Amino acid sequence: MSGKAQNSQNMPAAREVRAHAAQWLERRVSEDWSQRDQADLDAWLSESATHKVAYMRVCAAWNKADRIVVLQKPPFRPAPFSPHRGVLSASFRVAAALIVFSAIAMGAVKYLSKPDGTTYATAIGGQKTITLTDGTRIELNTDTSLRVALKGNQRRVVLDRGEAFFKVTHDAARPFTVTVGNHRVTDLGTEFVVRRNPDGVKVALVEGRAQFERTDAAASKFAVLTPGDIVVATADAFTVTRKPVRELNEALAWRHGALIFFHTSLAQAAEELNRYNAQKIVITDADAAQLKINGTFPANDVRLFGRVAHVVLGVNVENKDGEVVISR
Amino acid sequence: MVETSDTRRPGADPLLSSAAMNASDAEAWFIREVLPLEAALMQFLRRSWRNQNDIDDLCQDIYARVFEAANERIPQPTKPFVFATARNLLIDRARRDRIVSFEAVADLDALGVAIDEPGPDRTIIARDDLRRLQGALDRLPKPYRDALLLKKVEGLSRKEIAQRLGVDEDTVKHNIANAMYALADFIYGDRADIGGTP
Repeated sequence: MSGKAQNSQNMPAAREVRAHAAQWLERRVSEDWSQRDQADLDAWLSESATHKVAYMRVCAAWNKADRIVVLQKPPFRPAPFSPHRGVLSASFRVAAALIVFSAIAMGAVKYLSKPDGTTYATAIGGQKTITLTDGTRIELNTDTSLRVALKGNQRRVVLDRGEAFFKVTHDAARPFTVTVGNHRVTDLGTEFVVRRNPDGVKVALVEGRAQFERTDAAASKFAVLTPGDIVVATADAFTVTRKPVRELNEALAWRHGALIFFHTSLAQAAEELNRYNAQKIVITDADAAQLKINGTFPANDVRLFGRVAHVVLGVNVENKDGEVVISR
Repeated sequence: MVETSDTRRPGADPLLSSAAMNASDAEAWFIREVLPLEAALMQFLRRSWRNQNDIDDLCQDIYARVFEAANERIPQPTKPFVFATARNLLIDRARRDRIVSFEAVADLDALGVAIDEPGPDRTIIARDDLRRLQGALDRLPKPYRDALLLKKVEGLSRKEIAQRLGVDEDTVKHNIANAMYALADFIYGDRADIGGTP
């Protein structure tokens, strides 16, 4: 036999090599192993260190499996093996999210609504969670200001600046609306996030449904949003795109004090961090600005960000006049 | 011509040694000290590298680098060397792709503290090994397990196994190879799913 795996085009290289190694081992321990076979195996092994380590690994497993003989003799029967597996990161993230989440909730203040609206605001780097009397929770991100008015059968929020996450207690008899400039989001049983940038508005729907519309246009243009939908709006127009909800949740990592980047340019990442920190990151080199980064960063640690950029990307990082300057 | 696999002499493994290639100190070291780190290494790679499809390849490349280095001189202590190799490989890849993962850097800093911890008691390791092996066997698909047990425990030939199980010899061959592929992953890796070629 040639030692070739059948479906090589779909397998990662390592798996293919390991499959070959297992096939060699099976032949090696069978009764018809010949000198010739040994020569073929030696040739395969000397082709690359990758072949060698894969073969060593499966042989070591084979030798360890000698102890199967022990296991076959009753009454010895160890307790069932509980797998600790590689899904840790995902489940850990959920657990961590819950912990941080409840920590935030405990620290939340129950605000009584005033008839004529109350203003809530955060400073740069600040975060605040408010719970309205109807149970609706609003989490304000860094540098944010919004007004809340609960009046009669109206629940109205105006986002004047920044970004906020809304988990709305749905009540069809009392519509909940968030107004941003000349746009409005109406809750239809929802979790969503609204962000106001200098040049426009961004709304992402995490759960439930919501309606997005312009408040000023004569034409009643609106969109009904479902989970994963992202609206990007300027004063004159808006577009709806869709992303996996997992990615939306990554974009909401700020709720837990983190920023998650994936193939994000250094320039964009710096811009994000600058929203959270008084100490600003400045990139003076156009090439450096285009370097891409991945990872989870604490939103409030500019120095750590600089250090990682220096260590891994090899860029120069220095503190100058209260700014973190990144150059080539 | 038949050599049994029952003799376990580290450093002169009959499966590995041949006229052309003598089992070396590097091999013995690799099997004894590097392979047992695989579960931790895989978990580290999963955390540090976004594209989970690359993980097996990364692990294999790290092994190749580590083994090649050991052929020159056996690195001591082992664990920091393996993880430093992993780190360098990730950084090389990150530079090549112009992608950097923050977790890789942060994790390694954390590892630097834990690396020199004394290992657990040997009897615990042995018991743990056995439990792992049992778990691995339990999770093998039945045709793989049956063929492997007849080979390992009863020492039957391919032909005898085929007769006993009522399948042809090629199937036996295939099932034993797949059983070993999966078993190696169970014993050394960190995953619970079944590998092997279908």
